[in-house]
Amino acid sequence: MNGPGDAAGTAAAALRIVGLRKSFGPLEVLQGIDLRLVEHEVVCLIGASGSGKSTLLRCVNLLEPIDEGRIFVEGEEITAPGVDVDRIRRRIGIVFQSFNLFPHMSVLDNVTLAPRRVLKLSRPAADAQALELLRRIGLDEKAREFPDRLSGGQQQRVAIVRALAMRPDLLLLDEVTSALDPELVAEVLSLVRELALGGMTMLIATHEMGFARDIANRVCFLDAGRILEEGPPEQIFRAPREERTQRFLQRVMEAGRL
Amino acid sequence: MTALGGLGPRDRGDVLEPPGRGRRSRRSGQGALRSTAIAFASTFVFFGFLAWVAVNSPGWPLVQQSFFNGALFADSLPDIAAAFWVNVQLFFIAEILILALALVIAVLRSIPGPVLFPLRLLSTIYVDVFRALPGVLIIYILGFGIPGLNVEGVPTDPFFYAVIALTLIYSAYVSEVYRAGIDSVHPSQSAAARSLGLSQWQALRYVVLPQAIRRVIPPLLNDFIGLQKDTVLVSYIGVVEIFRQSQITEAAHFNYTPYLATALVFLVMTIPLARFTDWLVARDRRRAAANR
Repeated sequence: MNGPGDAAGTAAAALRIVGLRKSFGPLEVLQGIDLRLVEHEVVCLIGASGSGKSTLLRCVNLLEPIDEGRIFVEGEEITAPGVDVDRIRRRIGIVFQSFNLFPHMSVLDNVTLAPRRVLKLSRPAADAQALELLRRIGLDEKAREFPDRLSGGQQQRVAIVRALAMRPDLLLLDEVTSALDPELVAEVLSLVRELALGGMTMLIATHEMGFARDIANRVCFLDAGRILEEGPPEQIFRAPREERTQRFLQRVMEAGRL
Repeated sequence: MTALGGLGPRDRGDVLEPPGRGRRSRRSGQGALRSTAIAFASTFVFFGFLAWVAVNSPGWPLVQQSFFNGALFADSLPDIAAAFWVNVQLFFIAEILILALALVIAVLRSIPGPVLFPLRLLSTIYVDVFRALPGVLIIYILGFGIPGLNVEGVPTDPFFYAVIALTLIYSAYVSEVYRAGIDSVHPSQSAAARSLGLSQWQALRYVVLPQAIRRVIPPLLNDFIGLQKDTVLVSYIGVVEIFRQSQITEAAHFNYTPYLATALVFLVMTIPLARFTDWLVARDRRRAAANR
């Protein structure tokens, strides 16, 4: 199953993206992305709005059809024709900027819907698992509440737990703090940090540079649909090689975000 | 004073309190009483004037005689009320069938993918055709045409065709209402469901449809007010329902009072439903404002 790029002989990468291209009409949003994550690795995608971070994540989760290239998860090509996308998505969790909790369901039902309907867990089993997850983030008391009774930070943490309830191999986080009030950002970031410590493989699009520097094993700077520069956070943030990276970080610093 | 009113909810530290409470309470009081009085007075003057014109018109004595016959009204009301039971049955049977058929059509039209294309095409043609044709024509064509074929085993009961015709006419409209509801659920909801591994059908069934249907309940009720009234159209194919019954009574007495009795029955039945619909719409609007 391994492609020619895997000649290194190591175990299959948790995620491998080869030559990914994606256009919306005449606009080519992703212009050939190559990326490789090993298990337990946390990679942060940084870059200006419109650089293609969100589109990249949506492509990995097969929410957007891709135009060119191949994506492998644990060695299996998920972009192969005829692949069962529902089965693939079970293994890849994604959390969105806008939470996207289901407003007509309680917090508990939000978390248990997929385990029950997709993994066919019984209601007691799914409830027990969900309550345990909610307890860990301190929201088990909100289990019977509806999402609109929760703060943004609480909603986003529930959204993360909802994705975790499927026990994904890979978690994609799409600017999960961008829609939050500043004072609610910390609680979400600390949950993500816990997940990283717990060994979750994550690909994270973020505007939180301090967070990226803390948590990432590797940082990729996206510019106009390409990974212009990648490396350990220390190198990217302290000594970026590319002029565009320098300029981007300069602007971020001026805005007080680093 | 106004500033204090606006601060009220926040003072209690309840950020989830619907906004605009202070504004509404400020509107009540003396001003409201005065506008109510003005509204009553102007209504009274307006309708009083119309009544005066009608009563003083040259044809009034004849109209009074043929529309406002008290004895005949009392006499015909029991028969008319009994015949209305047929309308009620028509309404409920057709309504249940409409809710189901329209949902199936709306779902068929909402699911993308080439496999379902023939069904999608068929649903689209159906909705176009049945919305384009006057209801009476459909009732005529079905009610007289199909039994006229004299095919073995095909029912001849006009009530059967009345139900079928009303179901087909209204499902076309109601499916569009459902579809508007489905379209109103943001695609991110479906994306969230699909990203968790739910199939397209499961995402529709558990995430999109429950939200869509909740949103379209007021417009659905609105369509059912229309259906309630349109049940009289099936009188054309020989179903003895309230309108046919009032025609029969009218013909027996050469007096139009039974029509007025019929009108009264519909007013009594329909206005509460209309009020209920308005109440639901207003409630939804308040909730939407509270969640914003």
